[in-house]
Amino acid sequence: MAIVFEKPKSLTDAALHYCPGCTHGIIHRLVAEAIDGLDMQSQTVGVAPVGCAVFAYNYFNCDMVEAPHGRAPAVATGIKRVCPQNLVFTYQGDGDLAAIGTAETVHAASRGENITIIFVNNAIYGMTGGQMAPTSLPNQITQTSPYGRDVKTAGYPIRVCEMLSTLSGTAYAERVSVDSVPNIRKAAKAIRKAFDVQKAGKGFSIIEVLSTCPTNWGLNPVESLDWLRDNMMPYYPLGVYKDKTAEGGDAK
Amino acid sequence: MSQRVLMKGNEALAEAAIRAGCRYFFGYPITPQTELAAYMAKRLPKIDGCFLQAESEIAAINMVLGASAAGARVMTSSSSPGISLKTEGISYMVGSDLPALIINVQRGGPGLGGIQPSQADYWQATKAPGHGDLHILVFAPDSVQEMVDTVANAFALADEYRMPAMILADGMLGQMMEPVTLPEECGVTLPEKSWATNGHAGDARNIANSLYIDAVELESLVRARFARYAEIEEKHSQHEAYALEDAEVVVTAYGASARVAKAAVREARAKGIKAGLLRPITLWPFPKKAYEDAAKTAKSFLCVEMSMGQMVDDVRLAVGGKRPVAFYGRTGGIIPTPAEVLGEIEKQAGGTE
Repeated sequence: MAIVFEKPKSLTDAALHYCPGCTHGIIHRLVAEAIDGLDMQSQTVGVAPVGCAVFAYNYFNCDMVEAPHGRAPAVATGIKRVCPQNLVFTYQGDGDLAAIGTAETVHAASRGENITIIFVNNAIYGMTGGQMAPTSLPNQITQTSPYGRDVKTAGYPIRVCEMLSTLSGTAYAERVSVDSVPNIRKAAKAIRKAFDVQKAGKGFSIIEVLSTCPTNWGLNPVESLDWLRDNMMPYYPLGVYKDKTAEGGDAK
Repeated sequence: MSQRVLMKGNEALAEAAIRAGCRYFFGYPITPQTELAAYMAKRLPKIDGCFLQAESEIAAINMVLGASAAGARVMTSSSSPGISLKTEGISYMVGSDLPALIINVQRGGPGLGGIQPSQADYWQATKAPGHGDLHILVFAPDSVQEMVDTVANAFALADEYRMPAMILADGMLGQMMEPVTLPEECGVTLPEKSWATNGHAGDARNIANSLYIDAVELESLVRARFARYAEIEEKHSQHEAYALEDAEVVVTAYGASARVAKAAVREARAKGIKAGLLRPITLWPFPKKAYEDAAKTAKSFLCVEMSMGQMVDDVRLAVGGKRPVAFYGRTGGIIPTPAEVLGEIEKQAGGTE
């Protein structure tokens, strides 16, 4: 009998701890499938963040390092400099990457560090119970913006792909979403593309994945997908922001 | 043939690290350790090594964490304010059982402090180099030669016990030039690191992690680490005893201030005062037994530091109230003079005849 569908080798059998309706599980699977697709499970080192994905080292079935909050790109830099032949990726949320770890992110990109960042943007701090994130939208209600994010006092959300695409060291930057089957398929391709860019030694790559947080958004899973489409996508347009491999160099 | 060369302390530390097999350096500029990083920037690219100037001390120590997890012999260096920034990474490295060498060329504090030599980071190095229940190995050489000799040993013990090691130098030791004999530049065999996260899969995969949500599991891991600490205290405490056999006034100091103290002890002896010097070479583990032994014959102790008195706490604990322990220190970047220390020795000895 032909096997038509199975769990990726690069995921362990551990049950995910994520909340019902959370899209981390889908993104984990896409990353694991991309590693399997390259047949690089035994040459991959992943770096887990602090935040909801802190236990990622239990799920990705490859060598893993758990980094201090925001420091994953620096940790990945150390690993990659020692093991340039390995596929090195970080898996980070918006608070980890775009608040406490902004310097590490920007400088890893500016160095053209040959690593891949999987950036899960759900516009909120999930693990600590729903605080305002650097990517929370204007007027978004969170535990620490109970009257809505007031841009006059809390500033504006950061568009990470747009920002990093201005840096010469960034080889590939794409924003994708996992809100629908077609978008999930595009996200899978994007992650594979980023790993290919790394494998080819072209430099820094980042895939930003728009993701949901039903628990802290206070919505059911279906409403959450709608909220992502209606609110996040207009502010965070999907697409390729930088592609050094494309003819003519940069997109957009 | 071993070479005898004249070298600045900071550069000698760097060359010694290279000769100990270190090929990875991650740092951030700060006075007065500058020459160490500059030396690495010059040398490492020529020998297939990696010198990387990070965006901050925080990033640098986390690059060290990553390189160490990947199995490399790796180091960073900084000075007091920069070490404060590294404490987060140091704690995570301890919690993940990762070795590395960290050099602190101390300057005056607190805050931005000054850029002159100081020993005001003793508490930080030995009591709280990061949050949590932890220790790191702390070495306090007192000459350029001893700094050179300490480097390979610090790397080896860090690897053996899977923990960070620190060389607690200061601006004086880092900046001064002395003749040194460098170790042979022969190939160092680095230990196998079966735990390294450098590419495994399935059941054989490795994880470097400091997170343990289960309190019982975390307690047992910390207890296991403290059992290792007890073994280190037993096996690896080091000190120098100078003129201690019949010493009535036991002067105790480490690093640069020990050099001043030794000169004062010599002068005291010339004046007929029975003074001696007990110099800890490891600050953690602290050589407690040496103080217990010295307390049997000494009438009093005098602790000399370039701080307001930090190591003196450990001296008092080790002496255990059996003898009085006096303190003399200068701080803010001022080095005590032998004459000042001699004056304090004379006070302890009850004045000169």
